[in-house]
Amino acid sequence: MRVVIVGAGEVGSNIAVDLAADHDVVVVDIDGDRVDSMSYSHDVLTVQGDGSDVSTLQEAGIEETDMLIASTDDDRTNIVTCGTADIFPDTFTIARVKSPQYLRTWERGERAFGVDFMVCTDLLTAQNITGVIGLPTARDVDTFADGLVQMAEFEVPPESPVVGQTVQEADRFASLTFAAVIREDGIVIPRGDTVIEPGDDVVVIGSPESAREFSSAIAPEQSVPRDIVVVGGSEIGYQTTRLLEARGFAPRLIEQDEGRARWLAEQLPDTTVMQSDATDREFLERENVGEADVLIAALENDQKNLLAGLLADRLGTARSVAVVDTVEFSDLFEAVGIDVAVSPREATAEEITRFTRGRRAENVSLIEGDRAEVMEFEVDADGDAVGCSIRDLAAELPNGVVFGAITRDHELITPRGDTVIEVGDHIVVFADADAVEAVTAAL
Amino acid sequence: MSKLPFVGDGLRLRVDWRTSVALTGRVVKYLAVPLLVPLVTALLYGEDIAVFAVSIAFVFLFGFVIERAAPEPDLGPREALLMVALTWFTVAVVGTLPYLLAGMGTDSTLAHPVNALFESMSGFTTTGATVMGSISLERHSHALLIWRQLTQWIGGMGIVVLAVAILPELSVGGAQLMDAEAPGPGIEKLTPRIAETARALWLVYAGITLLEILLLFGLHLGGLAPNLDGAVAGTDHAAAAYNAIAHGLTTMPTGGFSPEARSIEAFSAAVQWLIVPFMFAAGVNFALTWRLVGGDFRALLEDTEFRAYVGIIGVFTAIMTGLLFTGGIEPASAAFREPYGAIPGNVEASLRHAVFQTLAMITTTGYASIDFNAWSQPLKYVMLFAMFVGGSAGSTGGGIKIVRWVVIIKSVKRELFTTVHPEAVSPVRLGGNAIDERAVRGIQTFTLLYMLCFGAGAALLMLDAARVGYDISAFEGMAAAASTVGNVGPGFGALGPMNSYLNFPDTSKLLMVFLMWIGRLEIISVLALFTRSYWQS
Repeated sequence: MRVVIVGAGEVGSNIAVDLAADHDVVVVDIDGDRVDSMSYSHDVLTVQGDGSDVSTLQEAGIEETDMLIASTDDDRTNIVTCGTADIFPDTFTIARVKSPQYLRTWERGERAFGVDFMVCTDLLTAQNITGVIGLPTARDVDTFADGLVQMAEFEVPPESPVVGQTVQEADRFASLTFAAVIREDGIVIPRGDTVIEPGDDVVVIGSPESAREFSSAIAPEQSVPRDIVVVGGSEIGYQTTRLLEARGFAPRLIEQDEGRARWLAEQLPDTTVMQSDATDREFLERENVGEADVLIAALENDQKNLLAGLLADRLGTARSVAVVDTVEFSDLFEAVGIDVAVSPREATAEEITRFTRGRRAENVSLIEGDRAEVMEFEVDADGDAVGCSIRDLAAELPNGVVFGAITRDHELITPRGDTVIEVGDHIVVFADADAVEAVTAAL
Repeated sequence: MSKLPFVGDGLRLRVDWRTSVALTGRVVKYLAVPLLVPLVTALLYGEDIAVFAVSIAFVFLFGFVIERAAPEPDLGPREALLMVALTWFTVAVVGTLPYLLAGMGTDSTLAHPVNALFESMSGFTTTGATVMGSISLERHSHALLIWRQLTQWIGGMGIVVLAVAILPELSVGGAQLMDAEAPGPGIEKLTPRIAETARALWLVYAGITLLEILLLFGLHLGGLAPNLDGAVAGTDHAAAAYNAIAHGLTTMPTGGFSPEARSIEAFSAAVQWLIVPFMFAAGVNFALTWRLVGGDFRALLEDTEFRAYVGIIGVFTAIMTGLLFTGGIEPASAAFREPYGAIPGNVEASLRHAVFQTLAMITTTGYASIDFNAWSQPLKYVMLFAMFVGGSAGSTGGGIKIVRWVVIIKSVKRELFTTVHPEAVSPVRLGGNAIDERAVRGIQTFTLLYMLCFGAGAALLMLDAARVGYDISAFEGMAAAASTVGNVGPGFGALGPMNSYLNFPDTSKLLMVFLMWIGRLEIISVLALFTRSYWQS
């Protein structure tokens, strides 16, 4: 496959590096230095120029290109670039945007802006943060089927009450499927009598509520947080707070700019918005930020996020989550005391890479690197699976495949052996790496 | 080089008052049309038509002449403010003509110009306070009393709103005009064109009025309204029709005038019950009623102000029902056995008078289902308090308005919250939408001014009464000020629902005319005219 990537910033180069191993990658950037450094350090073709200019795209060989990824730092440039590339009908276009406003427009239309797939950095980051917060014990969380289905990977701590129980005993939740147990020595597809051992990673698929219940079942003392403080009303801070509100939380949000604080307060009815410097220690003490369960730092730069996170940690906040823009700092943040560092760029690059890998699926989530995948498929009228029961379908597929959830008309159905697949169903399937091909072919 | 008039910039008027005067003239000219109603009434009853023929001719000519003030009126925001205030005042002045002409040579109290102006202003502003010595069809013609009712109907939905609906040349500045006149913090455009919005509002208003008239007449035909015709039940159709129309014309505008001296007390319980839902409807935002007519129930149920309106009425009704059921009659008036004696212990009567009087005060209609002067003091205090509530924004009701109270209560709560959390930014929300801080400030200022007008008005009225030796209590003085600035109508004691404001000195009456005028136009838009910066900078 030939891929053109417009924009050689952190996101663009990360994707380029990820894809270069298996595909022909062309990187376009307006900045000559970046283009040069890219072509020296990686095995990719580079073109210097404006990606929204059709002649630049032609120079990059757009006519023979299968996929174009627009990942500059400017939303409109990315959208225009995709629109330009749309002149060549064989090219699949992916746009990276920061503002959710464009994503919402795109979701409403059929290929609006000529974009085939849109990744919204800020929203994606906000989703990651809320996922991590909503399920305190989860290592990884992903949503499918418009949020109806959640995949979560939990690490079972040694003192957990479910240790020693069989899967049958532990699975008390109606709309939850145990997809896999991941151990040192490999992935186990659980059966009713599989015993959960300490240190196991359990992958479950089901409704967000049942995932939350399961989370508190495996670690009752780490209950869902009540008091959440978001520091910084950036787009990520705003989106995170909005998602938290949608989940029934009433967070506090600290923003320094007066106008922005007012705007946020107007948009977020269930949030207490405070206008203050988030690193003002006296203020933080007065507002008892130290007693918060979680503090999320989403300020304008990494240094401030680190400072806010560490300050909260010092004041006694139970858990700190910080947004980190520069991908390399991620580990550093976690090393000095931030509990979870979330990198928007990394998340975006991952999302786009993930998407390019599983083109056939609606949505993909990678488990443990790429040892397994959770995929979402939409069943179309000419699919072979229509009319088959899950039992029949499973018989044709290799071991290592678990049907996690089905949504039909925006309602969640927990798949049983005799569930018959209909046109329009969204199926969320767990498959280990060896079985991915077979599943993709079957659905 | 152009020749500028030799006046300093400081003295140059920045308001094109001629435009305002001309447009006022245009509206006043059309006042001749509603004057045809009493003319026709006079013809039907074989009464003197000269009064109304002369009035029509004069009103038309007067309007026609002052319309010449500016050949091509160019309406800006300032001119709009002036025009609205001027229109209301001029219409009230011109509206005195029938009272003056009919009163000439009789002992009618309305022959006095100050009394006539009071009655006319009270009519157009839908206050319903009267200085008529004796209200009865024996003393006054059917035509004159229907004119008195009609002034309230015209004033209810707004003279200027009506003008915008009919006169195409007002459509450009129409939104500003309606804004200056409409009750409540702002107008809501129902349609892209302001004239269509104005027409829609008037259509709903007229439609509900017609429905009430028909239902009242229906009660008469059904024999349930024995007093409606003053004779044997269900016989005198003409008298019943007259009463049905007369009361229909003053319910929807939350007016309160009645050709019956005893107001609604004169009628049966069925009639009183029937008027209750119409008073209720009159206090609802007409934009919501318009949507309801279009089948949109949810807009009504989800509206914060409507819910508060229902809640407040519920609370007041409950309190008053309780007080009435357990007594509530002044011992002194125990002499009146009927109808007062029948209320305690009677659920229907307690509830009926409670809900009727609650609505009459809250929506500022000012009808009386009974002479509540005979009620105990706690009940009267509850009613005085209810006068300050007011109807919904965009209704015909006066007072402070529900929506303002909602905003004020929420802003007070916010103030308490930010005392504990000084950095908290918390906008005042109404139905999920944050309200602009300027609007919140405007509402607080309005309410403060309203209270100031009430307080100053009460003080001045009592001083003036003391000056001439007219004996009123502090409570009566407060009720008079609250009742006029809120466009309610009746007060208590000497100003009770069956009495009148006649005995006040002329100076007090003029003060009350002023209070009614600024109360109807929501104070700020009139008071702005009295500032230097309005005229100069």
